[in-house]
Amino acid sequence: MAPGQGPVREITPAEAEQLIASGAALIDTREPHEWRAGHLKGATLVPPAELGLRIAGVVPDAGRPVVVYCASGVRSMRAALQMASLGYRDVSSVAGGIVRWKAEGRAWELPAETPAVATNPRYARHLVMPEVGPEGQAKLQQAKVLFIGAGGLGSPGLLYLAAAGVGTLGIVDFDTVDLSNLQRQVVHADNRVGMKKTSSAAQTIRALNPEVKVIEYQEMLTEDNVDRLIAGYDVVIDGTDTFETRYALNDAAVRAAIPVVHASVFRFEGQLSVFVPFEGPCYRCLYPTPPPPELAPGCSVAGVLGVVPGVMGLLQATEAIKVILALGDALVGRLLIWDALDGTFSEVSLQRDPDCPACGQNAAAGRPQPRTEFAAA
Amino acid sequence: MWPERRGRPAPAADGVRRRVTAVRIPPVLRPQVGNEKQVDAAGATVGEVLGDLVARHPALHEQLLTADGSLHRFVNVYLNGQDVRYLDDLATPVGEHDTLIILPAMAGGS
Repeated sequence: MAPGQGPVREITPAEAEQLIASGAALIDTREPHEWRAGHLKGATLVPPAELGLRIAGVVPDAGRPVVVYCASGVRSMRAALQMASLGYRDVSSVAGGIVRWKAEGRAWELPAETPAVATNPRYARHLVMPEVGPEGQAKLQQAKVLFIGAGGLGSPGLLYLAAAGVGTLGIVDFDTVDLSNLQRQVVHADNRVGMKKTSSAAQTIRALNPEVKVIEYQEMLTEDNVDRLIAGYDVVIDGTDTFETRYALNDAAVRAAIPVVHASVFRFEGQLSVFVPFEGPCYRCLYPTPPPPELAPGCSVAGVLGVVPGVMGLLQATEAIKVILALGDALVGRLLIWDALDGTFSEVSLQRDPDCPACGQNAAAGRPQPRTEFAAA
Repeated sequence: MWPERRGRPAPAADGVRRRVTAVRIPPVLRPQVGNEKQVDAAGATVGEVLGDLVARHPALHEQLLTADGSLHRFVNVYLNGQDVRYLDDLATPVGEHDTLIILPAMAGGS
């Protein structure tokens, strides 16, 4: 520091680099979200509001040279003056801040603890929420969700989970897009009638969020292939239309201890629950045997208001995100019933059946090691 | 005395007032009860209420109850949100302001 200039001065990035190399303390006086977008190597983040409280802990020696930077050099000059008033005798503010530093091609780095997804502006509305944030977004990015069926229930869930940044979406569907699907299956499109539903859905997802990996399974889920299909997934979304598929999926999910987000619809009504094996009841605890066909017609026979699977599919997507992020109270042991005509949601409580052939005391599938990665309620 | 609920059945011929419970009918069974969402049925237990219900709407009988009078396993009945199988099943007592929900499995999803 030149004599007579006081304890504070403004320096160029090149001068700062030399000072840092010779042992000056380096302070980043920006906000955490700016820090996550990249910072100088060796810097310590001390946001302006915390400076007075924390600086003595970060730089205990008031005689040690300190380099302060922010985005453009304004906040860092203010911080430098504040530090001088606190007794620091050699404080330099980087003119032009990290913007100029980067523009000059000098080295900087991303915080080691946060992956690249944490800086992705696509997820800005997630990243600012404390319940999601960079860590939650990283969990979503690492999550693998399997949709059984790219139909009425699957369509909205596929769109929103892709938009949310779920890293891997698997889609099981053997069918092709039919004109009569388009009244509700919004992941498909008029010009894709006749195309495989898995391919059509994958095309839409890639257009919405090319960062999502889509795995297509152009096959019908059966007892013979279900174990292979669901292996390695964190959550399965049951958007099927038949009892055979629902039972086959349930039994395999219990064996593999994978949570299933279940929904079904009939005309103006929907039901929703989350089956977490051995934590709450499974589908067989709820309904041990299927009803006769006349008591449970599918959508093609009974009809369905297009928005009803839309709403239920989005509730499924919501529950899947809650399971992945371990947020809130998952619908475990609870069945949500939505009556669109009444405009009412009601809820009944579900119990584990000790005699359940899939998850009961004497079931073939023993309780596996508890899963810790996604601890659903 | 409590105010009469609209549409509740008249007291039985023997003059004894019977407890009446609101029963929510699932969409798939509404055609069998004149497309009503909710109907009243009388009885002091879940079994009696369901018995009264199928006596008034005979088309429901086969869909709810087996030949020996127990509930089909594909039909769940909830008393104030609790599965009656985990209460006292058909012997569960019901009160005047209780609500029964009948819920058969639904498969639709596509």
